[in-house]
This record gives sequence, structure tokens and C-alpha cells, in this order.
Amino acid sequence: MAASTDAPHGGLAAASGPLRLTLDGPLRLVGGAILESVEVAYETFGTLAGDGSNAVLVCHALSGDAHVATGPDAEGRVRPGWWNGMVGPGLPIDTTRYFVICANVLGGCLGTTGPGSFDPATGQRWGLRFPLLTIEDMVDAQVRLLDALGIDTLLAVVGGSMGGMQALAFASHYPQRVRSIVAAASTARLGAQSIAFNEVGRAAILADPAFQGGGYAPDEQPRDGLAIARMIGHITYLSEGGMREKFGRRLRDREDHAFEFVSEFEVESYLAHQGRKFVERFDANTYLYMTKAMDYFDWAPPASGDLPRFLVLSFTSDWLFPTAQAREIVRQLLARGADVSFAEVESPYGHDAFLLECEQQGALIGAFLERSCALSRLTERRAS
Amino acid sequence: MTAAELLRSDLRLLSDLVPEGSRVLDLGCGDGALLEYLRDRRACTVRGIELSTGGVTACVARGLSVIQTDLEEGLRDICDDAFDVVVVSQTLQEVRNLRQLVAEIMRVGRRAIVSYPNFGHLSARLRLGLRGRMPVSESLPYQWYDTPNLHFTTMSDFRILCEQAGMTVEREIGLRLRHGRVEHVSWAPNLRAELAVAVLVRPTA
Repeated sequence: MAASTDAPHGGLAAASGPLRLTLDGPLRLVGGAILESVEVAYETFGTLAGDGSNAVLVCHALSGDAHVATGPDAEGRVRPGWWNGMVGPGLPIDTTRYFVICANVLGGCLGTTGPGSFDPATGQRWGLRFPLLTIEDMVDAQVRLLDALGIDTLLAVVGGSMGGMQALAFASHYPQRVRSIVAAASTARLGAQSIAFNEVGRAAILADPAFQGGGYAPDEQPRDGLAIARMIGHITYLSEGGMREKFGRRLRDREDHAFEFVSEFEVESYLAHQGRKFVERFDANTYLYMTKAMDYFDWAPPASGDLPRFLVLSFTSDWLFPTAQAREIVRQLLARGADVSFAEVESPYGHDAFLLECEQQGALIGAFLERSCALSRLTERRAS
Repeated sequence: MTAAELLRSDLRLLSDLVPEGSRVLDLGCGDGALLEYLRDRRACTVRGIELSTGGVTACVARGLSVIQTDLEEGLRDICDDAFDVVVVSQTLQEVRNLRQLVAEIMRVGRRAIVSYPNFGHLSARLRLGLRGRMPVSESLPYQWYDTPNLHFTTMSDFRILCEQAGMTVEREIGLRLRHGRVEHVSWAPNLRAELAVAVLVRPTA
């Protein structure tokens, strides 16, 4: 299954472009706070079947957005999506067969209500007055979106990394509303090491004088702190071998060492570039809220009973959420008697592999969705 | 050809030994053909463990629950008594820590159905005894330097292992290959069978 960026015209026609919806009524958060008004930015790809049986919710990771596959942006320009090798016409999550929904998470900065939005009570931006969030709150917001779209039961919830956490949380809190779950490069709970990396990222943001207690103007955000947070994050997304292969000790645009504190190794300029790029599209406060939500996540599997099917995937070189953590998810599910499959995909790309490793991962997810689809049709025939 | 005919004939024989409606774990389930048959034809609740990526992907495509893992690590993800039957089809001889795995099998299931190549077969004895060469045959097709088999056993030796592990050998079946199909060997199986199948039961305490 080859990844293709040249989506046929028919596929593009089925991409909604950016959509927005204001949830009907307030949203009560796990921490007790109530958000009176929540706007959700989302996109859809493909066509919802008459019986609504082909809806697939894809959940994005920390820095992702609603634009999961190739389609038009707000200006009508066609842009590739963040999971372009996996979601699209003829791809494993085939938008000619499935109706794919992807929404920016609650607390995000790419269209959905978050700390950068205006608090209706004060008319000011929320900043750090925005309530602390959990992964479960992100799921609740998406379920409310599904309600508004008239989608009762999903064929699947699919996600990688923080998206996988949402998929797992969805299974635990809404087991009746989903037939199958795919969690890739994910974990049931962060270990001390992952929390530590998140904390260093947050500390870099908080230490930036431009942070201003979170009350910075949108065009004056703590760029240096957020860029450093992203650089740290990026190191955890790659593998030692992958970095050795990609950069080695090569110097960038020079033959000899500068004997100055300037960016000279290729890996340095790569990280600096990733940091700069990130600051242009992401908000520092959202980074704080997202990483905290991940740190809080401590998953309990759904109670036994009528459970969805699960596919859990890990990647050999992912040391952020390593195979042992995926196996822990599997162990918990097996103890509940769930129908669960697990595979460890060979990849040198580290944690980022779930975004890049489309062939092997795609074969597994594609086959899993296809069978889930066939099984749900079978169940419906038996029920009717 | 029906699904039953397509099933490898030794797998067919194993499936006949599995009671209808059982909870079945297949260790080294390959592409999942046996599990699919047991699920669809014998109303079993099935789960597989497989090391190869190709096998795991094939199982997922059949809609089976499969866990990619190395049997050397034991069955630590699986609860005690989670299964009625554990099937181990031509896999045990490839596992380094065999005694530990046998104990694990008996922990997660009450009954095990194990198939393995019989090294006591006449052709193996002749090749080693008369020609002084390591046996290579249809059921043991590997050269000594390039084989996944870590352990070689005979039906008599296998029985001793089972008894030492505290299991009752409920049934032993000798098989031989004839033109790609299996036949029962009832007379002198340890001498004439190329493949052996044992049904083992954990005695009730």
C-alpha cells in the first residue's frame, strides 16, 4: 500500500475543508469546571453511509489539527494532511469507504476552544484562567460533536500517541458508541521519564519573560520558551539510531568547527528549524495544557461486557512510549476478556513512526477496519 | 475446495481434537488458518500468539485476536485458566526455554494439544545410525546448521518430559506424511511416525 499525495479528484471533492460548530450547551470538565460555550473545529472526509455505519473518528496527537488528510484549507488551497499516508482515497483508512471525522482537541489552538479563546464572562482571552483539562474532556467534546452531527455509533476511533490515549479513553467511557479502537504508539499512562520531558518543556515556556503569566498577546507569545519545548519534544520523537543516520556528526554549511556558540552541527540547525516552525503555528499556553492532560492520563480499561475490538500497535524504536507500555494496555484488555490484537511494527523512526511508517502499520489498520466493518454488518443482519 | 479441505491436513486433525465451543489459545498460530476454522466451524472463542509480522497481519485480516510476542518471554500477559485448550502446533521444538513454557501452558489452560516432529522415526534412526548423518526428511526438512528447531525429541522422550512436568498424557497420535496429507500410524508409532500429536491434561488438584 503506497502512500500517495495525489488524491484523485473524487476524493478531494469529499473533503469538507475547515468546519466549525458550537456545542449545544455547556461542557462540564472532569476537574469540575464548566465551559459555558465550546467551539469545535473539525473536518470530514468521505461520505457518511445512509445507516451511519462507516464513521471513523481520528484523534490527533499533541501538535496535530483537524486536517488529517489532503483537502482544502480555509482559503480553498489544497494542503496535505498530517496523516497523509494513512487517510485518503484508496489508503488504509479509505475515504472512499469510510466517513472520516477529525476535530482539533479541546484546549487546542487550531480552531477549537482553548486558552487562547475569549472567556465569555470577561471578554478577555482565557490564558491560564482556562481550566485544566484531561484526555477524557477532549473525548467528551468530540462525543458532543458526534451528537451534533447525528452520529450515534462509530465504526472506529483511531489515534496515535495522545490520539491513541483519546481512543482508549473513548473505549472506556463510551463503549456502546464504538465498534473498534486503534491505539498506535500510545500508552495507558506516562512514566516518570515522559512526565519529566513534558515538565522541562513547560519550564522553558514558564521561564520565558514573554510568557507574562500566560497573559501574552497572540503575536507576542513566549517564542523562545515554546521553541525550546518543541526541540526537547522532537528529540523524544526520534530514535538514537534515526538521528545518527539522519545527522551523524555532520556540520551544516561549513568544513571546520567555528569555536563559537553558533549552530554548526546539522542536528542543531534541524532542531532550531523545528522550533521556529512550531512557534508560527502553535500556542504556548495550549502546549502547557496539552502536556499536563497527558501527564494526568491514567487509563482504566472498560468494564467487561460488550467491548469494542482493539488493535494496539507499537514501534520498535519508540522509546517515548515503548513496546512494554503498549503491552501493558494489551495485558489490561486481555484481563477484561477483550478482543484485542497487538503488533510491534519494525521502524527506525522512533515515536514519529506512527506518522511515517504507513506500509506495515497501514496493512494492519486497513485489515482491522475492514474486518470490523464486515463484523458490524454481520451483527446488524443478526439483530434485524 | 471447501475451507475444511483447504486447511492443512495436520491442522485439520488438531482441530478435531478440540471440543466444540472451547476457549482456545494457539501458540505460534502462523497465519491463523486453524483458529479461523475453530472459530467459524466449531464455535470456539479463539486467540493467537505469533512472532512473525506476516503471520500477525494475516490473522488480523481474518478478524482474529492475535498478540505479537516471542514465546521465550512466556505467557505473562495471560491470566491463569483463561483457556480450555492450548494448541501448540510444531512450535515447541523451536522454543529455547521449553520447560518454562510447558509450565506456562498448564497455567493458562487445563488441556494442551501439542504436535512435534518425531526424531525417533525409522528413517532418522537409519540416517544417523548407519550413515552417520543428521536426519533430513519431509517432516524434518532442515540442515543441522540452518534449522529453527532447538530441541529434537522422540515420542518416548516427550512422554517423560510431560510426566516430569506433572501432566497426564491423555492421548498420543502418531502421524506420517503421504503425498502432503497425514495418515495415522497405530503400530509402533515411535518408530514409524514422522509427526506426533499429544493431548495433555493437567490433573485436577
